Amino acid sequence: MTVVSAHKDVEAGTMTFVAEFDASVERVWEVWQDPRRLERWWGPPTWPATFERHDFVVGGQSRYSMTGPAGEKARGWWTVTAIEAPHRLAFDDGCAGDDGEPLDTMRASHTVVTIEATGTGARMTAVSMFDSAEQLEQVVERGAEEGMRLAMGQIDEVLA
Amino acid sequence: MVVGDAEADRIFHALADATRRDIVARVIREEQSVSGLARHYAMSFAAVQKHVAVLERAALVTKVRRGREQVVHADLTAVRQVARLLDAYEKLWRHRARSIEQLLSEDREGDES
Repeated sequence: MTVVSAHKDVEAGTMTFVAEFDASVERVWEVWQDPRRLERWWGPPTWPATFERHDFVVGGQSRYSMTGPAGEKARGWWTVTAIEAPHRLAFDDGCAGDDGEPLDTMRASHTVVTIEATGTGARMTAVSMFDSAEQLEQVVERGAEEGMRLAMGQIDEVLA
Repeated sequence: MVVGDAEADRIFHALADATRRDIVARVIREEQSVSGLARHYAMSFAAVQKHVAVLERAALVTKVRRGREQVVHADLTAVRQVARLLDAYEKLWRHRARSIEQLLSEDREGDES
């Protein structure tokens, strides 16, 4: 796997992430389509995801939860807005309440994924768009908190 | 986290407009009076003043009165905070890509056996 680029546009609130994999376009598509594969990589470090629902059709709904190291739950949802298998996928992603249902659909981020064949494998491009920074904060703060917790744990070990 | 929700919303709103982005770009290079800025755009002084006010509310610029002129400075603390959020988001995607790679390599082993 090679990360080709990660272009961030602060003014527009977008990130374009491009990576190449040594695998066919169909295999890369499967990591999005198959909920058992998707949950293996979607969550931030130490926050494994479980997709309880994954209707992988245009207009389809997904419901997922992520479990933090202290057992805390963070829930989210997708609405799939475009699918052209195996090359293009678009979806809205937002936070959900304890009942698993969307909290505020106006606060969703939007992601467009394209997968193209290269000479040796597949190139995946994910463009994430944030209308507000709130969603971005919610997405990144879990990993940040955990990084802090790990760092604190290491300090404890040094002091012990 | 580093940016309050309302504050971040104001930043995105402020920078969603091409004229306001252009104003920020100009005052980053050099402080400018509002009347000096107004000469660059095909719009009234009042309209430019309104754009500057939106940028002020988002804490992207500050305006000080100097004699008869109002001088606009860039204040990039807020922009840097959004940039930090995007940096953290990039880290998340790098982690995701490594996890996908791990998954795909297991698929390959499955194909071979």
